[in-house]
Amino acid sequence: MVAQESHQHAAPQGFIRKWVFSLDHKVIGLQYYFLALTAVFVGMFLSLLMRIHLIWPTAILPLVGEIKPETYLSLVTMHGTIMVFFVLTTAPQGGFGNYFLPIQIGAPDMAFPVLNMLSFWTTFVAYIVMLAAFFVVGGAPLHGWTGYAPMSALQSSGPGEGLGADLWIISIAIFCIASLMGALNFITTTLDMRAKGMSMFRMPLTCWSWFITAILGLLAFGVLLSAGILLLMDRNLGTSFFLPLGTINGQMTGHKGGSPLLWQHLFWFFGHPEVYIAILPGMGVASQILSTFSRKPIFGYKAMVYAMLSIGLLGFMVWGHHMFMSGMSPYSAFAFSIMTMAIGVPSAIKTFNWLGTLHKGRIRFQSPMLFAIGFVSLFVSGGLSGPFLAQPALDIPLHDTAFVPGHFHLIMGVAAIFGIFAATYYWFPKMFGRMMDEKLARIHFFLTLIGTYCVFMPMHYLGLAGQPRRYSQLTELAYLHPLVGLNTFMTYAAIVTVAAQLIFLFNLFWSMFKGQKASDNPWEATTLEWTTATPPPHDNFGGHTPVVHNGPYEYSVPGAPRDYVMQTDPATVAAH
Amino acid sequence: MGLIILCVIWLITLASTYFFVAKTWWFPHGASAAAAGIDHQFTVTFIIMGVIFVAAQLALGYFVWRYRDQPSATRPDYSHGNLTLEIIWTTLTAILFVGLNLIGSPIWAAERFRPAVDGATRVEVTGMQFAWYFRYPGPDGKFGTTRPELEDPSAGGEAALGLDPADPASKDDIVTGIMEVPVNREVELILRAHDVIHSFFVPAMRFKQDAVPGLAIHMHFTPIETGSFEITCAELCGLGHYKMHGILKVVSQDEFDQWLAAREAEKQ
Amino acid sequence: MASFTPTIPAPRPTTSRGNRADLPPVAGGGDGGRPDPDSPDYGARLRRARLGLAVALTPIMMLFVAFTSAYIVRQGLPTFDPHTNTVVHDWIPVPLPTLLFLVNTCVLLLSSITMEYARRQLARQVALEPVQSIPGISLGTESKFPWLALTIILGLCFLGGQWLAWRDLAARGFYVATGPSSSFIYLLTGGHAVHLLGGILALLVAGTAVVLHRPLASRRIVVDVTAWYWHFMALLWIYILALLEFAH
Repeated sequence: MVAQESHQHAAPQGFIRKWVFSLDHKVIGLQYYFLALTAVFVGMFLSLLMRIHLIWPTAILPLVGEIKPETYLSLVTMHGTIMVFFVLTTAPQGGFGNYFLPIQIGAPDMAFPVLNMLSFWTTFVAYIVMLAAFFVVGGAPLHGWTGYAPMSALQSSGPGEGLGADLWIISIAIFCIASLMGALNFITTTLDMRAKGMSMFRMPLTCWSWFITAILGLLAFGVLLSAGILLLMDRNLGTSFFLPLGTINGQMTGHKGGSPLLWQHLFWFFGHPEVYIAILPGMGVASQILSTFSRKPIFGYKAMVYAMLSIGLLGFMVWGHHMFMSGMSPYSAFAFSIMTMAIGVPSAIKTFNWLGTLHKGRIRFQSPMLFAIGFVSLFVSGGLSGPFLAQPALDIPLHDTAFVPGHFHLIMGVAAIFGIFAATYYWFPKMFGRMMDEKLARIHFFLTLIGTYCVFMPMHYLGLAGQPRRYSQLTELAYLHPLVGLNTFMTYAAIVTVAAQLIFLFNLFWSMFKGQKASDNPWEATTLEWTTATPPPHDNFGGHTPVVHNGPYEYSVPGAPRDYVMQTDPATVAAH
Repeated sequence: MGLIILCVIWLITLASTYFFVAKTWWFPHGASAAAAGIDHQFTVTFIIMGVIFVAAQLALGYFVWRYRDQPSATRPDYSHGNLTLEIIWTTLTAILFVGLNLIGSPIWAAERFRPAVDGATRVEVTGMQFAWYFRYPGPDGKFGTTRPELEDPSAGGEAALGLDPADPASKDDIVTGIMEVPVNREVELILRAHDVIHSFFVPAMRFKQDAVPGLAIHMHFTPIETGSFEITCAELCGLGHYKMHGILKVVSQDEFDQWLAAREAEKQ
Repeated sequence: MASFTPTIPAPRPTTSRGNRADLPPVAGGGDGGRPDPDSPDYGARLRRARLGLAVALTPIMMLFVAFTSAYIVRQGLPTFDPHTNTVVHDWIPVPLPTLLFLVNTCVLLLSSITMEYARRQLARQVALEPVQSIPGISLGTESKFPWLALTIILGLCFLGGQWLAWRDLAARGFYVATGPSSSFIYLLTGGHAVHLLGGILALLVAGTAVVLHRPLASRRIVVDVTAWYWHFMALLWIYILALLEFAH
């Protein structure tokens, strides 16, 4: 007889090993998620101050007092930076990806658990350093999340451009390292730790999205890091990578020969893949949920995979579309614009396939599905304003007007966020063993969907009318005065929308303790996380390794006993 | 629930579309030669994207209601997709998107691929925190050299630009805070900036170009209507970004000549 | 149940590329941390660590690709000189301490050789570990040669040599901010030095692991991965040197 040695990971004892410096990807995933949760409320608070200031510029607000023009710009900068990095690059990938990638591929943990733990705590340090910028002399920087030089490279270009800007750059550099550590884990885990039978083309689309996102991050964050290093050198060591001969406030800067456009190239080479990093996991989750709640396989699984791969690849070839007006060669602009229109094609394919999944389905309207449907609507809206900006001739009147934040907020600030909401409502039962309240979820959904459309759709109109971006007040230019009414409407909508998120927050925490107890598979879904206990045990599968026989979306298989066939069920006629 | 979602999505779609079609908030009237082409390309893009927007949102709302789970619903269609359909709509989308871009590219080429014509009105535009200055070369047709060391923003005018009095070509340069140009004649701009990136944006002319320190960027446009037009700064440049604006005055050739002569006379 | 055979753990199905069809599912999963190099876990861990390294080298490469593109762009960059109202090029190449760099290169290449010996030495030790328990067998003395320590020393010598090179540049008046060319020299060589220092720290960890009696297999994995990293650092250095010497 063969002795059975127990080879399970010993579950850690003690509060610190279990909850603080945990090596368990599930705990780490939750840590990332809650970091992003605090960040999103900070980011929303900043944006609320911005919207209020725009229509009541002289108002003295409780807690913050008067918002001066430089304060407004620091709000703009920190809002963008915190949302892009600490929410959109953290929750979908670091949060849900960490939690569910190993489980969905049948692995007991990530490839490098210690590295995983370090990657979270490094992100946390980056977050603290970023927030510290608010509290130093001069305050947070003014130069926008894009940090264009020379403004970001000269300490005297404005208040907050001293220590505040240095902390901002250092925080981003730390974040780069953290992201690279995370990407390493995701890629190695996906390639090396899939369970028996889990071929690449049987992976759920969520796993594909996390995998491709990790590759994008791997290639892009190194370049951002390089830009940050050069910027720190220009600011503090007297180099002139980005700084030409020039003056500031009538004083010579002491630099010469550098190129502000070099910053833009390096930044946007990262910056464009970054926005796909922000949206791809949401696309994966949307596919997962639309299929599950339509009780139909995803329409065109392989096309979905190839579309995500194309988006990832093309995403590295379009960065110049942020620079049409920059002084870059107009011939390069033409080339970039063709590539940019091309990247619209895989996005369109995905949208057709989502509609194809709904078509002739049998749709259940539980909370995850509401947000997945919302995701599709918002992705269409946000995506279709892209082709305007992608054409350089049309970018001439639209660049740096409110049209641009209208575009990217609908896509990043709402669609990607709906992806996070959808994932939350979908996986909450598995993570916490209880259901979230459906009634509150519906109120949250409708208020947020309508509210965000009311805030961000009008930005397109403002852009057409010529309202520039990043203006702290609309009082100086005569042609902006007629736009104050619409801006006021947007501010009220923003207040209501932010308030609606408190419903979500309440639902989240209340349900953790008081929600209805959840079964192991409340949504009758097929992927591996639903085969295991709720919440999953320390090694994810309670001592055995799953063996996969089916594809990830086998719903309504003709001849099957139920309307779903789990991936571990014996192979059916329809096995792919 | 399906019906509610349908209604919400359809209403949002219709409301958004209404305000676009009604042009409640729209581009200002175009006053340059390029405006017609840009506006036309915008309209073509707008119609195509608008049709796709409405179709996709209406389809989404409809599907969500039509295929809702109810006792009378049929078993869902067990289909993994349709390769033919994929190929068709991929090809059509690619042709549409890339084609749209190619149709519009002559406009970009006309604006940016060629230098200004000879005989254009030459104006050097300099942006600095937080004002625009305009310099005309004067009768000698040459811009005098500037030296960053000589810049004194508080003094305004020539001193703000750091105009070098030692250079003979500087003597007849005219520096103003308002940009005045003659109508129906191409304007050649030389865009410069002293400190940070600014952007010279005249909505009515459908003209925008970043002014970058270290570069002297040559651009052109042709005003075809007289009037006063707002110049705004369209690149975040600091705390005064929101109030960095100027005025572009387009006048008849005679008026322009007189104005220029008057500025010359003031310098004596 | 009593048995006369020594207890041998049943081979466990490992998670890998998802298509190993030979092993039945057996209870007990995950890595028990056993030091037995014959354990399939060890091979999987080594492969996984090497894969992780290959992935990790990608962003390091991207960092230097970004620096390179900035370097090339900056060299050719015309800048508007308001003094002359013309566009000028202002790149002035800095004379490099070439001899010193070449000596350092030799030191680094030598360290790569010693690193490779260290890697193979440890691989042999791990493979022969079960044999060691058989009485009468001894491994030859050559396996005791401190290749790892020698590599660390050579690595530190390289860093010392780089320090001398920077001192030489400074003595001739070329500091970080003196001009664009000198900025890039410090940036590229400094960036490389930082990464090499990371490699040295990893080797120190592996060396210290001996003192701390860590499992041989784990040490082998650390040294193996660090060795490939080290060789990459050598190649990167040659690339940087070539870039600085020839691309100006």
